[in-house]
Amino acid sequence: MSTLEVQVQVRSLTHLDWLEAEAIHILREVAGQCANPALLFSGGKDSIVLLRLAEKAFRPGRFPFPLLHIDTGHNYPEVIAFRDRRAAELGERLIVRSVADSMARGSVVLKSPTESRNKHQSVTLLEAIEEHGFDACIGGARRDEEKARAKERIFSFRDEFGQWDPKNQRPELWDIYNARAHKGENIRIFPISNWTELDVWQYIAREGLALPPIYFAHVREVVRKNGLLQPVTPLTPASDRDVVETLSVRFRTVGDITCTAPVLSYAVTVEQIIAETATTTITERGATRLDDQASEAAMEQRKKEGYF
Amino acid sequence: MSAPEHLPPHLPEIDNGLLRFLTCGSVDDGKSTLIGRLLYDTKAILADTLHAIANTSQKRGLDAVDLSLLTDGLVAEREQGITIDVAYRYFSTGTRKYIVADAPGHEQYTRNMVTAASTANLAIILVDARKGVLAQTRRHSVIAHLMGIPHLVVAINKMDLMNHDPAVFERIRADYLDFAAQIGIGDVQFVPMSALNGDMIVERGDQLGWYAGPTLLEILESASSEHGERDERFRFPVQYVCRPQQADDPMLHDFRGYMGRVESGEVAVGDAVTVLPAGRATRIRDIQIGGVSLPVAIADQSVTLLLEDEIDISRGDMLVRADAASAPKSAIRAKLCWLSETPLDAQRRYLIRHTTRDVKAKLANIHHLLDITTLQQRDATMLVMNDIAEVGFRLAQPICCDTYAENRATGAFIVIDEATNNTVGAGMIL
Repeated sequence: MSTLEVQVQVRSLTHLDWLEAEAIHILREVAGQCANPALLFSGGKDSIVLLRLAEKAFRPGRFPFPLLHIDTGHNYPEVIAFRDRRAAELGERLIVRSVADSMARGSVVLKSPTESRNKHQSVTLLEAIEEHGFDACIGGARRDEEKARAKERIFSFRDEFGQWDPKNQRPELWDIYNARAHKGENIRIFPISNWTELDVWQYIAREGLALPPIYFAHVREVVRKNGLLQPVTPLTPASDRDVVETLSVRFRTVGDITCTAPVLSYAVTVEQIIAETATTTITERGATRLDDQASEAAMEQRKKEGYF
Repeated sequence: MSAPEHLPPHLPEIDNGLLRFLTCGSVDDGKSTLIGRLLYDTKAILADTLHAIANTSQKRGLDAVDLSLLTDGLVAEREQGITIDVAYRYFSTGTRKYIVADAPGHEQYTRNMVTAASTANLAIILVDARKGVLAQTRRHSVIAHLMGIPHLVVAINKMDLMNHDPAVFERIRADYLDFAAQIGIGDVQFVPMSALNGDMIVERGDQLGWYAGPTLLEILESASSEHGERDERFRFPVQYVCRPQQADDPMLHDFRGYMGRVESGEVAVGDAVTVLPAGRATRIRDIQIGGVSLPVAIADQSVTLLLEDEIDISRGDMLVRADAASAPKSAIRAKLCWLSETPLDAQRRYLIRHTTRDVKAKLANIHHLLDITTLQQRDATMLVMNDIAEVGFRLAQPICCDTYAENRATGAFIVIDEATNNTVGAGMIL
């Protein structure tokens, strides 16, 4: 009897294996249930992990969905270059739709020329969904990022306006997912819902995944604002009152330049980043997102309006 | 699993995998404080979050930081001072990763607890030491048991308000065991604690010295992860068929991969398998993940199976070991929890989704309704939200299922309303 027990012990999955298997299962449910899904790929670390999971799920076949990026036009060029290179390496189709086009159409109107375009991505995303007739979009959001996300389903129903209704979510039981939707409605799917930031970094290390260079420590001009570091860029220039410092920093999360802040870091390898992440004292969004600081419920509000 | 010496230095040397557990109880039982304490004492809470809840505590006029605020969720919930929905939290001890499903305790939220319980392997049932075993405690325990959670832990909280008296602990323990015997709960452990002070959760504290058992975290760390008590018969519902048919690669021209997750048991290259419901026999030619071959696939692994013979197989079919097949059934008897605000309509046809197969279904009968507070059975002609009943369904096509007690994955189904596409029921096959 005891030998059998030992065998049972050995034959179980590590936490990364388990998370990987769950995510592959979710991706295949999307493929099996949805007629025309898309995978949102920004060149950020979470969506880079999604691509590796899609390779594990569907190779040697092709992905049963195109990659879609909603570009604010305010992304770091290194990240955009990485996005294009990665899509080409994989031989998968990449669709890019930009907020600038929505602005030209008049569907996005900025309050001022300097307003962040980040929240306006929702409009462009809905337009892309309509244009291509996507019935499902796969994204790399995680429940540990934010408390509105902690309550969101893995298969999350959105109405015709892309809205999330937290009080009226479909029950989600076992690993039986329900992606059924009427025409015009949309399901958002989050295969790495159950991953933490540390899990993502450990997986990147284990799989040897390449990342855009700005994830690693580099020297950059920044100013300190509200306890965060704001990069000095043509889009976010320093004002006369700002004290510009040149510091060693890295990005923990990568998004629109106007709302993503780097953190102080000397980590130049994934292993060093893991060591920093394991001992960090600030949450990922808390350290890096200028848009979530507006109010305690900023993300909940944006999601209700169709944001990822 | 690789031997530790092959692991890169940044991965933990001991990886006891992942444990999913559920906490049941109301805010009054100190459930949020308990979860807050677990997250805080395992260092899963970071400075900015702590700073934010310290601010909120101050705004609300509290002297100390209220750890229960950590599990505070949506604006709508804060306005009403209740928890609407299941929230998922994460922490890791370095040797094991935990997913906590935090289910609200109110009576009207049975459906949320059922949802949270469906993926949990252990349930912590909170009891207020001042109040003992309540109707709510029984309700939570019945649902946990019904949902097939193998391990229950009764956390007797607020011992600090009862002078840490061992007699209080013993009395509640005896009461609970009486009740547990009635419903057939076997594996249950008891821990006295004070979530407020952190005693017996991660740290032992110095007030409960008379208790010699493990702390709550020690129980979580040593609870067997899923495979131990799970059905060992191989079950592989096919999710998706991969047929690349790329003319430029002759290797891939005839490639037919059957993609899915090993829901139970394991499978090795060369094993004889049967395809259900057709009943065709073949053997496993290869097992792959992402195009890389493996000799064996174990429970929970998502893999691609290649077979010796060309057989017509599609999504919804199931591969099983030839010597342990399940029989197709066109009528099932099940425990059904109704999840929708629209009552079950006996005249309508519903869709049943069982593993990866959808079948049309019609209610045949309601044997009885179960009152989960009194454990009484009574007759019913309809089901409303949060009702749990034993029912019969007739199916348009047969499904290959096991009983839920034998196999959680192949014994479970959801009911979908085709008009709204909503998930309206959760079923466990008897």
